[in-house]
Amino acid sequence: MMKRDECFRILARHVTDEIVVASYSSAAEWNEVNPRVRNYFSVGAMGLASSHGLGLALGRPTQRVLVLDGDGSLLMNLGSLVTIGAAAPRNLVHFVCHNGTYEANGSHPLPNPDVDFSSIAKAAGYAQCHQFSELAAFEQRIGQVLGQDGPVFATLKVERSKPLTYDYPTLYAPEKRDALRAMLRAG
Amino acid sequence: MDAAVEGQAEAKLHGSAIMAAIKASGVQFILSVPDIVTSAGLLRPIARDPDFRLVRVCKEDECIGIASGLSYYDQRALILIQYTGFLDSINAIRAVAVEYRQPICMMIGLLGHEPERAPTQSGRYGVRIMEPILDAMGIAHDLIGQDADVPRIKPAIDKAYAQSLPVAFLIGRRPLAP
Repeated sequence: MMKRDECFRILARHVTDEIVVASYSSAAEWNEVNPRVRNYFSVGAMGLASSHGLGLALGRPTQRVLVLDGDGSLLMNLGSLVTIGAAAPRNLVHFVCHNGTYEANGSHPLPNPDVDFSSIAKAAGYAQCHQFSELAAFEQRIGQVLGQDGPVFATLKVERSKPLTYDYPTLYAPEKRDALRAMLRAG
Repeated sequence: MDAAVEGQAEAKLHGSAIMAAIKASGVQFILSVPDIVTSAGLLRPIARDPDFRLVRVCKEDECIGIASGLSYYDQRALILIQYTGFLDSINAIRAVAVEYRQPICMMIGLLGHEPERAPTQSGRYGVRIMEPILDAMGIAHDLIGQDADVPRIKPAIDKAYAQSLPVAFLIGRRPLAP
């Protein structure tokens, strides 16, 4: 099991100009680890991160897009795995942070905390599927994973790093959307 | 039959006219869950038309996220769904389209709507509540029930993208297949 913040710090060392779409606890933690204009947190409703990521990936196939999903969130939009598998964007890498709980809503357990997301993604048509539960293996292979033709899926078996502060007004600030839009439209 | 009723009975809505309006609006991406109202007259011909990129989704709220993501590059999308899917997606629409002011353009089939009536007078509860819900959410909407309504589509889509706001077109009768 990995601490999510440690996992994100390793990921951050490999991120360059990718758009990073993140939801809830992943968004709060990613924003602490790597605040940047190319972060996209305004997903609006649980489960929609993967769909926002698909739109961003389809809109510009040369722009790589990373999704940092939550396990409870992804369970609310499992169909998006099939949609993404069919649309087959080569520039999309979809991570799910799997801690088995609805962390942002009181850490209650998922209906099945041991659900196998990577197997579901593989069956749904993702080109590459991975699962990581040890930091050393993640650090060793993340560069390769990010370079694969997508859609790529990776389960990150994590545990909570610390109690998070959910500053939603800041995460979802219109200024963040405007800045990202301006950057992407400029090319 | 008086003239007004006779005129309504003869009203037609051609899918080809709607498709031409969508193209004129600069929309390339069509995001859809099938809807029997628009199945033959719109979705099937759109699926065959190389000018469109059709993304078939599993559940309607996916469309809201996809359209929002596309809009960051000025890529225009139209969401083609049934009113039941709209109702199922209200939380996503509330957040992304309304609170975040994203240009989400929806074309919504009114299954069971009687074209000779206003939607608010429909015998179908789900149809009857559509316009009041859109009004309550502050979403601009337009009833597309005959060919004469089609010219309103392009200006509404242009406005949605220019002002970054949602818009809904309610399809009040089955469009004729091209």
